[in-house]
Amino acid sequence: MLAKRVIPCLDINAGRVVKGVKFEDLRDAGDPVEVARRYDLQGADELVFLDITASSDDRPTLFKTVEAVAEAIYIPLTVGGGVRSCADVRALLSAGADKVSINTAAVLRPDLVTEAGDRYGVQCIVVAIDAKRVSKKSQPPRWEIFTHGGRKPTGLDAIEWAALMVQKGAGELLVTSMDRDGTKAGYDVELLHAISRSVPVPVIASGGVGTLEHLAQGFSQGGADAVLAASIFHGGTYTVGEAKQYLSSQGVHVRL
Amino acid sequence: MEKIGIIDYGMGNLHSLGKSLERVAADQRVIISYDPETLLDCDRLVLPGVGGVRACMDELRRLELNDLVIEAARKRPLLGVCLGMQVLLERSEENGGVPALGLIQGDVLRFPDPPADTEGERLKVPHMGWNRVHQTQAHPVWNGVPDDSWFYFVHSYYASPQNPAHVLGSTEYVTTFAAAVARDNVVGFQFHPEKSQAVGLQLLANFAAWDGETP
Repeated sequence: MLAKRVIPCLDINAGRVVKGVKFEDLRDAGDPVEVARRYDLQGADELVFLDITASSDDRPTLFKTVEAVAEAIYIPLTVGGGVRSCADVRALLSAGADKVSINTAAVLRPDLVTEAGDRYGVQCIVVAIDAKRVSKKSQPPRWEIFTHGGRKPTGLDAIEWAALMVQKGAGELLVTSMDRDGTKAGYDVELLHAISRSVPVPVIASGGVGTLEHLAQGFSQGGADAVLAASIFHGGTYTVGEAKQYLSSQGVHVRL
Repeated sequence: MEKIGIIDYGMGNLHSLGKSLERVAADQRVIISYDPETLLDCDRLVLPGVGGVRACMDELRRLELNDLVIEAARKRPLLGVCLGMQVLLERSEENGGVPALGLIQGDVLRFPDPPADTEGERLKVPHMGWNRVHQTQAHPVWNGVPDDSWFYFVHSYYASPQNPAHVLGSTEYVTTFAAAVARDNVVGFQFHPEKSQAVGLQLLANFAAWDGETP
């Protein structure tokens, strides 16, 4: 039986792992290679790197980082952030990424997902969906897509967008609740569940993890195939191994 | 010095496969090439692959590497990984049906749609993540690899060899499918040994030490 995955996420800025709340207040959290190797040894099922460097001049630094990390770990690596074209996808794959995550560029031009999937295989194309709840408390829940780190509304309905992205060839969806991101209040499990049950591809839950219980909720209530978390691992609060032990004790089928 | 050649036809993550082989076979040279002469000079060959099967076969043909693979399979140990394993079979359903290398009899099929497991939970395609591989027969590549070890998979199609004797290991997902295949000096893994931590490296070490003989 396929195991549910636990995926530490590393924000990368100018060749370093950084921590911050909602893209502000960045603090250094270590050397990417060391951090990645540590998570590999702890039993992480995959790693996600998000390049949050604002300037595109720093792309060569990112490629070097990806190369160094891919060299040091023996689990799959997904890289996202600033992917604009098939050439960007190709450059990241050649640097050693196993999957590439596309976000804003997919909103600007959905066919990019199809082109990249056709060329490099749908299994390496992840579409990152940043969604924010736009409905009022009394209304049925509704989420919209935001781009540019959650700052820019698009008016697109998140559930419809998820379906469209799969139709365009996304092999996996990385679903982040912009309301929860950085809050440690837990995933938006309603959002996850709504997307997870409506698409045939795997869904990675993201945004809001503060406790191990939150990880379990991503699976049990959100119906996710994988859970992504950053701060609970970077802060040293829990190791990935401890998280998986806990999940296993809660009846989640994980690789131990 | 013995040489392991990784067949570079422009698809597949050669980087990580290459460095994994370098790590486990320090006494051999690992060569990544699309030049038939260079590759035929190698003692062992690896056929990697990600992406669609039509593009894969087209590229192999364009670079005149398809005959090389068939030729190499006559005597050298040959390892197919992921899509590189699928093209060892005769035909794939992907991309509307594509003839492949035919080194192992059988087809490559799509997971049934919409898949559901026994508890009614919706199963997703691609089959992506870690799953166990049950060793269905003894083979030198399994040396030191515990039965039912976890390996990393990512694929939407699976190999279905005609002859059960060509199945080395099986995995459960929607159905029971061939996660590892073998015939004479040819082996193939649907999963990614280079992404499967210690057991994956052990498999690659075994392949690097294998003379192509089977018990």
